[in-house]
Amino acid sequence: MYISISNVNKIYTRKGRPFVALENVSLDIERGEFICLLGPSGCGKSTLLNAIAGFETPSSGRITIDGNLVTRPSRRNVTIFQNYGLLPWRSVLKNVELALESDRSIDRGERARRALHYLELVGLGSFAAASPGTLSGGQQQRVAIARALTADPEIIFMDEPLGALDALTRMKLQDDILRIQRSERKTVIFVTHDIEEAVYLADRVVVMTPNPGMVKSVLKVELGPSRDRTSADFVRLKERIFAIFNMKETYPIEYTI
Amino acid sequence: MSDNFPVPVRPGLFRRLLGLRLVSLGYVVASFGILLAVWWTGALISGVSEALFPTPLGTFRALVEIIADGSLQEHILASMYRFAAGFLSAVLLAVILGLVFGWYGVLFRLVNPVVQLLRPVSPIAWMPFIVLIFGIGDIPAIVIIFIAGFFPVFLSSVAGVRNIPGIYLRVARNFGVGRVEIFWKILFPASFTQIAGGIRLALGTAWVFLVCGEMVGAQSGLGYLIIDARNNLRCDILAADIAVIGLIGLILNSALEYGEHLILRKWGLLGE
Ligand SMILES: Nc1ncnc2c1ncn2[C@@H]1O[C@H](COP(=O)(O)OP(=O)(O)O)[C@@H](O)[C@H]1O
Ligand SMILES: [Mg+2]
Repeated sequence: MYISISNVNKIYTRKGRPFVALENVSLDIERGEFICLLGPSGCGKSTLLNAIAGFETPSSGRITIDGNLVTRPSRRNVTIFQNYGLLPWRSVLKNVELALESDRSIDRGERARRALHYLELVGLGSFAAASPGTLSGGQQQRVAIARALTADPEIIFMDEPLGALDALTRMKLQDDILRIQRSERKTVIFVTHDIEEAVYLADRVVVMTPNPGMVKSVLKVELGPSRDRTSADFVRLKERIFAIFNMKETYPIEYTI
Repeated sequence: MSDNFPVPVRPGLFRRLLGLRLVSLGYVVASFGILLAVWWTGALISGVSEALFPTPLGTFRALVEIIADGSLQEHILASMYRFAAGFLSAVLLAVILGLVFGWYGVLFRLVNPVVQLLRPVSPIAWMPFIVLIFGIGDIPAIVIIFIAGFFPVFLSSVAGVRNIPGIYLRVARNFGVGRVEIFWKILFPASFTQIAGGIRLALGTAWVFLVCGEMVGAQSGLGYLIIDARNNLRCDILAADIAVIGLIGLILNSALEYGEHLILRKWGLLGE
């Protein structure tokens, strides 16, 4: 298995008391999969994502990627945040170039060329010289996506990347992310609290619930590559997930529609 | 069509240097007008002799006199040299140390108690030591300016680094920005706004202490000119000197603000 999460617990100390942010989470992810971590705020989605990305270490349990234990962030995996994480003092192009700067084998010209390539891929080639602060939220997130792609990562982690965008921009970016994920063949782990977004994007939806944060259910979305938000199957799946959030007992873990 | 299209006019360099805008120009003129009027009236009705309480006109004549004999220029040069040496070295060292100490929090905790102990001590208190060790000359004033300039910049750099939004650090970590590179790629630009605030504060303080330093430990400079004018009972030169000190301080401050503004704009940190 490509990414293997087994019996992970994460316990924070809050006001001197232990607080269980993740309880006994186990999950396997295959290469090239698009996984959505779905759940209400506070259920530990970010905590789980950060643990897989290496920003946080689990209190117990193991996370391995390609057989290697995750202990710290790796340049081979890139995280995209809700508030973009662009450096305002750099131009758009220089922000994208950051992805390659620690690779000494790439000279300046090549770096700029590759960065521009991915900026063009997200439709922002003409904004290379602009300052990030002058772009709209959607454009800034595209820059962050271009930067992530420039690093040529194996896994892209996204923590509610579209959460701050208006509905139309959001749908456009969902399509772009899907298109790019397929063409670039990346493994994507995508955090969201929006059921529709999860069903639209994911190969599998990991449904999480809070207090303590745990995986309630994992649903395989078998709706094919081009999804219609209004189709009966799509709506049924949304309702199913909605029902899971309102249920008391734990659902059977692997689950297919 | 193009001839009546409104072209945005940017205030010119000169106006910016003095921190003036067209709207506030009237207030500036009025403000100095009131100062002169109060001063002049005070000098005339106080009954104190002109030798002790010079009028604006007498002060202006004294100013012309010290410019004509070249002494003012010499004093300004001497002061500016000391100021540049003391202030620039203080800023450079304080920014570097501030970034390092802010980044490695353990270091800061280790030195902070001592810093807090030394900070409230007026730089002037060090003067006897400095004069005894280095003698009279350029060094005492430079050291005083250094001490006065160092602490505000150091503390604002430390605070700047500690207030950097975590997301920049995560991005840096994620893209493998190295231990040394991170200082100029992330830490300095990300804390620049706060560092610049400290530098502005330090500039004002250091300029104040330049005069103190030169009054005690030097044989030239604008501070020394104060002592010299007093010894010669030339209160008109004294007043002229004070006006020059104020004016240069104002120009330095405005120039710094302008430079800061340019960098902030270039780095997209203005938040317009
Ligand atoms: N560093 C921390 N210290 C203490 N509690 C934390 C910390 N980080 C997260 N938590 C808590 O853990 C829970 C899960 O957080 P998070 O993973 O951010 O949830 P989500 O991303 O699903 O909204 C929340 O209740 C949050 O308050
Ligand atoms: Mg979160």
